[in-house]
Amino acid sequence: MTNHEPLIHIARRDGLVWWRAWCIRLAAAVLALLVSALFIYSITKLNPVKVYAAMWEGAFGSPRRAWVTARDASILLCIGVGLAPAFMMRFWNVGAEGQMLMGGCATAAVLIYGGGALSTFQLLLVSTVASVAAGALWGVIPALFKARWNTNETLFTLMMNYIAIQITCFLVALWENPKGSNSVGVINQQTQAGWLPALFGKQYLLNVVIVLVLTVAMYLYLKYTKHGYEISVVGESENTARYAGISVKRVIVRTMALSGAVCGLSGFIAVAGASHTISTSTAGGRGFTAIIVAWMAKFNTFVMVLIALLLVFLEKGAVQIASQFHLNDYASDVVTGIILFFLLGSEFFIQYTVRFRSHGRNNEEVQA
Amino acid sequence: MKKFSSLLLALCLVLSLGVCAFADEGGIAPEDLKIGMVCIGDNNSGYDIAHITGLEKAMEALGVPAENVTYKYNVGENEEAADACYDLADNGCQIIFTDSYGHQTYTQQVASEYPDITFCAMTGDLAAASGLDNLKNAFNHTFESRYVSGVVAGMKLAELIENDELTDDNYDADGNVKLGYVGAYPYAEVVSGYTAFYLGIRSIVENVHMDVRYTNSWFDPTAEGSAANSLMADGCVIIGQHADSTGAPAEVQAYHEAGHTVFCVGYNISMLEVAPDVALTSAGNDWSVYYTFALQSMIDGTEIPTDWSEGYNEGANYIFPLGDACAEGTAEKVEQIEAGLTDGSLQVFDCSTFTVDGENPTSFLALDVDGDFVGDEGEAIKDGIFYESDPELRSAPYFSLRIDGITELTTEE
Repeated sequence: MTNHEPLIHIARRDGLVWWRAWCIRLAAAVLALLVSALFIYSITKLNPVKVYAAMWEGAFGSPRRAWVTARDASILLCIGVGLAPAFMMRFWNVGAEGQMLMGGCATAAVLIYGGGALSTFQLLLVSTVASVAAGALWGVIPALFKARWNTNETLFTLMMNYIAIQITCFLVALWENPKGSNSVGVINQQTQAGWLPALFGKQYLLNVVIVLVLTVAMYLYLKYTKHGYEISVVGESENTARYAGISVKRVIVRTMALSGAVCGLSGFIAVAGASHTISTSTAGGRGFTAIIVAWMAKFNTFVMVLIALLLVFLEKGAVQIASQFHLNDYASDVVTGIILFFLLGSEFFIQYTVRFRSHGRNNEEVQA
Repeated sequence: MKKFSSLLLALCLVLSLGVCAFADEGGIAPEDLKIGMVCIGDNNSGYDIAHITGLEKAMEALGVPAENVTYKYNVGENEEAADACYDLADNGCQIIFTDSYGHQTYTQQVASEYPDITFCAMTGDLAAASGLDNLKNAFNHTFESRYVSGVVAGMKLAELIENDELTDDNYDADGNVKLGYVGAYPYAEVVSGYTAFYLGIRSIVENVHMDVRYTNSWFDPTAEGSAANSLMADGCVIIGQHADSTGAPAEVQAYHEAGHTVFCVGYNISMLEVAPDVALTSAGNDWSVYYTFALQSMIDGTEIPTDWSEGYNEGANYIFPLGDACAEGTAEKVEQIEAGLTDGSLQVFDCSTFTVDGENPTSFLALDVDGDFVGDEGEAIKDGIFYESDPELRSAPYFSLRIDGITELTTEE
């Protein structure tokens, strides 16, 4: 008799107790470390424990390293926080890269043209406003098209990235110092005008504080305000939203303005608070990495803190093993890839349960 | 046996102590010298390989143990460069090199906070202007090896003309042979390089005209290939390059296989592998000369000059082995030219050999002090010679004259 039961049966879980979900994640992390260890040993013959220790060293080995990790994690987190409202609305904003670059360009412009005329406080105020406005503009354009003509927002926001990258290239050529070098160099290096100041002697503390405030504010906004409720209703079903008297168009445009504004602000933090220059590497793919941050955290901005830290930790760790063991960067990228694969994969096992076909004897019993 | 080895060990210790004592005059013993090296790429990029092997060669020559260097790979020209420098400084490096121009402003920032550590911003130009005692710049006389590679191309061109292998397409309306050059950016370093290359060719064949196409990237195989293609389609016979990939030579090889008369000259790496039939040679830099000098200065406790620039006279420049396509007698000619550059009897930028707007230049101010990108001081032309990368002025190239006979094609088609 033919057996119609498939070899593997996948079913959606009804919901998992939180601690079981975390057990699955922990198991995935352990498995990822084991597989990476196998890879490390088979390719390089290095002691995996030493390699993991080196990764930790690279991210947190000295106060300075820890601050650099915090600085980079906070920028990544900021973009993730910016993506949260759009994603919750099921509006696939993959344009964070461009929104961040536009914010960065606006900040650089203020620092360059206002450097001699305004005080640092004024410069910071103006560049914050400018970066928020530029990012919001870059977010609103695709939203308007979506609201008016129902265009595909994924493609639209993606294409807006390329425009932003080209604008950045153009501005770099305009501001390059010296001419022809394709580099703007450090803006206001002598005066440090318009740079985010150190807080309590810690250079990047202000960056971290700004982003953490945003993280809390966004959590509250999404969870407890009328706007946040409208966003989740539109995300669940536009028809329901319309039936409930919510103006879907207005919510889309408003939410994307907010999303773009926060991403634009991340550009401000990157330029005024970290690199003090502008180039396409100001965003450097972080607008895309932040999509992973937002997704893995299921749009919960507090969980994003952990994910952003994890990703930056992996990146710094990869750089450290490249330097310490003379491994090519690509080798350490493989380790990062393995870890991400397992962590993302574990979400599948949290959402779904997998059952294998039971043995023949049991089948007969069932059929009988 | 055990006694003997311990005796030997003791002897070694005493001797090394002696060396330490000897080097104590502000210097650092080779085994104690800790070096940091910040690279814009890694061992996949010809540019970084030239620096890494240069440093390794220097360390080996001076007896600095290999584990005394810490590399930071793939460091961007942004805050990553500052992070890397801070980290190396925190970890006890006494001398830190950054290999890319764009690292420089960040190197300067860190140097200002660590006055006891020496920072060398390779190919940079800000050390003198920064006023920092511990920030240094260095640049080889790349224009010299470009000139020599131009001579190689000129010899080939002369042979092609003699054998009547050129077509009418290869000449412009004024009867000049067309040459092409793929440049990265309209930057003094590039201008200086292509001008030297052109002058090298013209020292052999007088009636030549060169078109320069920019790719706006230091490394972009596709853009370099298509720039070469449009130059060749225009009838250019020789394709030179100042961009870091093998994109252009690969296209020249393909065009040659399609039955056209074209040859190319590369940069930093030998192009014979990708363009075996058309690659004549490549202009090269031997960075080990500077790294040896800098490390030796650290060991001796002597001051490294703020600006360092040397060429053939110190062995810092060379050209790669000649390809099979080279004309007969090229090797002898190269030897003669190199000898001239080595002893200083031959100057690449002899103002009597070129004109700007129809006149031989008599004055050029190399240094810009007010930030408008126009030179304000530092006369580079002395006794009819344009001294490029004169350490008295600046090690980074400043030759930005657009001479007659070369056209920059800046507009996209």
